[in-house]
Amino acid sequence: MNSALTRSLRRELLLAARRRGELANPLLFFVMVAALVPLGISPQASVLAELAPGMIWVMALLATLLSLEPLFAEDYRDGTLDQLLLAPAGMVFVILGKMLAHWLVTGLPLTLIAPLLAVLLALPAAGWLPLLLGLLVGTLALSMIGAMGAALTVSLQRSGVLLTLIVMPLYVPVIIFGSAVVQRAIEGFSWLAPLALLGSISLLALALCPLVVVGALRLTASD
Amino acid sequence: MAWQWFHQWGSPRWFYQRSGVWLPWLGGAAGLLLAIGLVWGLALAPADFKQGNSYRIIYLHVPASFLALAGYYLMAIAGAIGLVWKIKLAYTAMKCAATIGAALTFVALFTGAVWGKPTWGTYWVWDARITSMLVLLFLYFGVIALYQAFDRVDVANKAAALLALVGTVNVPIIYKSVDWWYTLHQPASLKLTGESTLHASMLQPLLVMVVGFYLFYAAALLLSMRAEVIARESGGGWVKALAAGQGGGQQL
Repeated sequence: MNSALTRSLRRELLLAARRRGELANPLLFFVMVAALVPLGISPQASVLAELAPGMIWVMALLATLLSLEPLFAEDYRDGTLDQLLLAPAGMVFVILGKMLAHWLVTGLPLTLIAPLLAVLLALPAAGWLPLLLGLLVGTLALSMIGAMGAALTVSLQRSGVLLTLIVMPLYVPVIIFGSAVVQRAIEGFSWLAPLALLGSISLLALALCPLVVVGALRLTASD
Repeated sequence: MAWQWFHQWGSPRWFYQRSGVWLPWLGGAAGLLLAIGLVWGLALAPADFKQGNSYRIIYLHVPASFLALAGYYLMAIAGAIGLVWKIKLAYTAMKCAATIGAALTFVALFTGAVWGKPTWGTYWVWDARITSMLVLLFLYFGVIALYQAFDRVDVANKAAALLALVGTVNVPIIYKSVDWWYTLHQPASLKLTGESTLHASMLQPLLVMVVGFYLFYAAALLLSMRAEVIARESGGGWVKALAAGQGGGQQL
């Protein structure tokens, strides 16, 4: 593997490990919103089970969106980003490392905590494994696509809402296929097709988004 | 030498002068075609066997939908031209196309809702095409919001252009995925395209309206680009001369 990638990944993970409190925030958000669903709609298991696949995916999407803003903002503010942009080679891999680290500290924990939400929202057992696999694959796309929004808005003072505004339409395919994986599994159909489509979206995002992110950072951060 | 026509587009003043010559023709042709199409479509074309007169909103709905999508690509291509050749005028076109495109997308959605009430008994249905249109509107809003968030125009131009380009890659994926989603959840009773072919007597005024809308779009784009150019170049000598009513001896 590329050494720029591994070094960048190590740095980001180390930084994340030193701020454990922040790591838990998206997860807490994920669980708290799940607790609001029965309060707001109905505690009946049959109603919750029908909503659960879509709700869990929407909540995972929102939790990811909330965690995107600081992805490049801190490095932009303290000047690290300018140094990275001057680096002779491998800017793409450094950035890819940051994006992968973002997935490792948000998308992956969200996936791992999803079974808890499945219980809370009475998701039928047939949907558990598809939910886990779908989130595992799909949150990668969420991180990659979201990073483009984070990069485009990095030089703005209050980028939070704007970031979600520009990223959310791009999330449409992910949420369609992600919740379809779970829904088809519950209804007893084969769920491999939407999972494969979700995987292809993630791979496409993995290949293309870092290039866009580097371009966006050069445009907005270099001035 | 062959590329000279291309470089001329870099000059706001040249654009302003030329577009001033084109605009009356474009606007006149657009107005004429729209008038013909509206009278033909709304008054002369036969009423529909099933929908009666309510189908006539198609003469606004379909051209607006066409241009909403075409306008997105025009916006993105203009942004790409700006990014590659650093032509400011292309960014101006992108910015103006974003506003006009968002307005047309809204018109398409609104006329669709008005049409849906007598036809389906409801203003809004989560149909595949309607949903795609809604996402397209959100994409437009994203570009406009991003553009307006930056203080510096050159950064705003580049960022919005990049987002528009990302959107073009996504638009086909979104359309296909929404289509796929709709086939899974399709409610049996509703159908957007009941009788798939329009009779020629209804199709001909529609084609006139589509061409008229394209011309109207071009005229609206030029008009708002001219306003943008004047606002941006307000410090320049030629604009001051124009404002003083001299215009360099030319009717601008």
